[in-house]
Amino acid sequence: MLTLAILIPMLGALALLVSPRLGHQAARAVAVGASVVSFALLLIVWIGFDTAPSAPDFQFLAEVPWIPSLGIAWRVGVDGMSLALSLMSGVLFIASISWPMENPERPVSYYAWFLFLESVSLGLFLVLDLLLFYAFFDLSLVGMFFLIGRWGHDGAQRAALKFFIYTLAGSLAILLAIIGLVLSMAPITFDMRSLIAAQPLAGYDFQGGLILLGFMVGFAIKTPLFPVHTWLPPAHVKAPGPVSAILAGVLLKMGTYGMIRIPLQMMRESFAAYALPIALFALASILWGAIVALGQTNLKRRIAYTSVNHMGYTVLGIATAGASLAGVEKAQSLALTGAVVEMVAHGLITGALFLIAGGIWARSQTYELDAFGGLAKVAPKLTVAAVIAAFASLGLPGLAGFVAEVQIFVGTFAVFPVIAAIGLLGILITAALFLRLLQQVFFGDLPSARAGFPDLSRRESVVLSVLLALVVVIGIYPRWLLDLIGSATRAIVGG
Amino acid sequence: MPIGDLTPEIAIIVAAVLALLFATFAPRRWQARAALIALAGIAVAAVLLVNQIGTTRFTFSGTWALDGASIWARLMILIATAFCILLAPGWFRTDPRHGEYYTILLLSALGAMAMAGAGDLLELVIAVLLSSVTGYTLAAWHRDWALSVEAGMKYFLMGALANALLVTGVTLVLGLLGTSSYGDLSRLFAGGVDASPLLFAGFALIVIGVAFKLGAVPVHAWLPDITEGAPAPAAAFLTVVPKIGAAIALARLVHLIPPEALGLRPLIAVLAAATMTLGNLAALWQDDVRRLIGWSSVAQAGYLLMAITVLGVSPDALTALLTFGASYAIGNLAAFAVVTHLRGRTALADYAGLARRQPIAAAALVLAFLSLVGIPPTVGFLGKLMLFLTTIQGGYLWLAALAAANTAASLFYYAKVMGIMYFAAPPEEVQLLDRPSGVAVWIGMIAVIGGAIMAGTALDVFQLSTLLPL
Repeated sequence: MLTLAILIPMLGALALLVSPRLGHQAARAVAVGASVVSFALLLIVWIGFDTAPSAPDFQFLAEVPWIPSLGIAWRVGVDGMSLALSLMSGVLFIASISWPMENPERPVSYYAWFLFLESVSLGLFLVLDLLLFYAFFDLSLVGMFFLIGRWGHDGAQRAALKFFIYTLAGSLAILLAIIGLVLSMAPITFDMRSLIAAQPLAGYDFQGGLILLGFMVGFAIKTPLFPVHTWLPPAHVKAPGPVSAILAGVLLKMGTYGMIRIPLQMMRESFAAYALPIALFALASILWGAIVALGQTNLKRRIAYTSVNHMGYTVLGIATAGASLAGVEKAQSLALTGAVVEMVAHGLITGALFLIAGGIWARSQTYELDAFGGLAKVAPKLTVAAVIAAFASLGLPGLAGFVAEVQIFVGTFAVFPVIAAIGLLGILITAALFLRLLQQVFFGDLPSARAGFPDLSRRESVVLSVLLALVVVIGIYPRWLLDLIGSATRAIVGG
Repeated sequence: MPIGDLTPEIAIIVAAVLALLFATFAPRRWQARAALIALAGIAVAAVLLVNQIGTTRFTFSGTWALDGASIWARLMILIATAFCILLAPGWFRTDPRHGEYYTILLLSALGAMAMAGAGDLLELVIAVLLSSVTGYTLAAWHRDWALSVEAGMKYFLMGALANALLVTGVTLVLGLLGTSSYGDLSRLFAGGVDASPLLFAGFALIVIGVAFKLGAVPVHAWLPDITEGAPAPAAAFLTVVPKIGAAIALARLVHLIPPEALGLRPLIAVLAAATMTLGNLAALWQDDVRRLIGWSSVAQAGYLLMAITVLGVSPDALTALLTFGASYAIGNLAAFAVVTHLRGRTALADYAGLARRQPIAAAALVLAFLSLVGIPPTVGFLGKLMLFLTTIQGGYLWLAALAAANTAASLFYYAKVMGIMYFAAPPEEVQLLDRPSGVAVWIGMIAVIGGAIMAGTALDVFQLSTLLPL
């Protein structure tokens, strides 16, 4: 089932590849169709998923041997965390593929690359083999490189190249760390479940620290954390809106997902030893992301930097969960649940924000905030969507971001009270920057150049309302999501 | 004499002679048919070689090693040579006497096979010389074209120096230890040998002599000239086939000497580090795709040396060497197949927008480059993975980390080519070579992906291989 969910988008991509004469509409129909089928399969998995405490950690397992002598196999399976993330990715891919192209040239290959990226993103969350995890991690870079470079705006190639090299350097650090980790197993295996069970590096201080460093550097680049976030703003600004949505919504999650799955789960002892420095880096990202975002005059750069800030919250939650303190397992489990909810919420919210930004670019060819004002008068639907998304992003109660951040901070106060207190500042700044953004773009006087600014088309309205409806539902009634994610975090933290 | 042990090599010689006779007497329009004779000879040799699988012994009084390493390497050499032959008829169509090319090619392949099988220092010298002399000819085949002649000349001058160093090294070792046979040398080392600086110098000189064939620092400078100036099918051959033979020859040499005896492994580690770094740095700013592939091929030789560094220290070193050798061969040959198919197009600017006019060729080049970087799911990824694995296992973490940094840097120039092919405006019209070269492009593409899928089997058989002397 999971294998099929990964394969179907890939087959869709291949089908598009061999039929280059297809029209724009037909290509999009194929792409939407393939991603909907894949999502439906994930829904079936979700319905069959058992969240009871007695249920096994990983379900829907399947295994096909590949390189037995190195313990490498096609292994898939899900726990609550990876299922939630892959469901979110499925939604976001359908949304981004349905969203109109910004510069509609060569649509067939555009949709083919999108499906390819969907396949490898789902693959990354669903596989339980470190080598395949790494393979999908790398392939996501290839897909993103071509999408940004080919369909981005002027100067996109440089941004794409920077993104590719920067993140490949990170992934090579991960590869070395993976090798170090599997070499400590006898016999060698890349099976995530055996590695989690074995905790092979327990007791190896120096070696464990080095391997942890490799993983954290690699994942920090992908997440991205301060100070290795500098590839993110150019990549976002040059990428078309739907590609940005995927980059922020899905690809950044690979970093934080990796942090939980590998260092936190497979090397608890080493992670605990360095939980405090990791939390400090998270705090730096929270503050730096928020402050720098406040100073941006470019719409997309501003949203891009809030991603640094939000991913900082996530990593803070992860660091809290990994700290070695007895007696606070409840708080740690809460923080980790919050971190995973933040990943889902940030995916949906920032995905929506970047789609909106893409829509604004498609209508005006600029991201400069100064060029806008009073859009509420001409584009009421766009305004409503942007207001909801911005409020969700700044953590307004009743929306998805709040559910996540409240859990992270409640959990963190029990473990790192000072860091949590300083981190709250980030929320204040984010609130300020989003309010100013809304005020500048949607309220005030309408510049004459924007007089004929068209409102959302039907297709755009449908896509945004689905994403934002999910944001509201998670905000008001988060039980179903928390149950799903909680089943995984309970197993990870043991609270 | 156990003539039967040499049947694959004899088949190659017979085919070379037949091709020469045919080329001498056949009319011009039939010259390309000499390729069929060469292919038939390779097929026979390959079958005979497959029959040797599983053998592990010295033959011909200890001068010729039949073991897993030499058998797999020689099989790779044959397959790679056959692939290069596929590229040749179209390329040399206008050359009235090009039937002789196949003779030289087969003899050069024979030199590489002899390097892989050499079990004696003198045998090694002969093998290197055979491979070199034929190599110069292949490089300078376009004798009316200055670049080709320059490439051949540079190759020859550097080769003369490297061969002289090799012979000096062999003389030193022979004089100091009184034997040139690997079997005897290994017994001597097992019994304990005085590690005199002179002996170290002797082995170091031999290492440099073989490093020349590998295209490693300090005798690497011929490689980019070859890839730029030599006929593209010959460049494909020269950047792959001698390297496979030289890799096994060097591995066998290092394997002779116990890790604690001479300090040869740190030397190789330094060569590896220097080679990969220099190759990548030089490739960074190339705006000529063929020179770029040449420098990348230098860098790849550096990666290959990593496996030799940890030979005898890490249990999987030989497996990594064979795996990486095969994956490099596939990636590089696939890249050259595309270049040849595009009629040797070389300036980076000429690749602009290629993806729109020739999507298959562009995709094949991207896959080949991704394989050379080592990005999954290409065969190059498994090669790199094995390499990193054994290097870390062998305790050379710094070397693995340097290789990782180099890999990230190398992406810059590979991605530059990919970017210009896909993101730039397309050219007017793209001329292609012929149908066989198109087939070669497809074969290359399939091998890059298929090699990764088949990796399980390949690793299993490579893991069973041994390196003589035991």
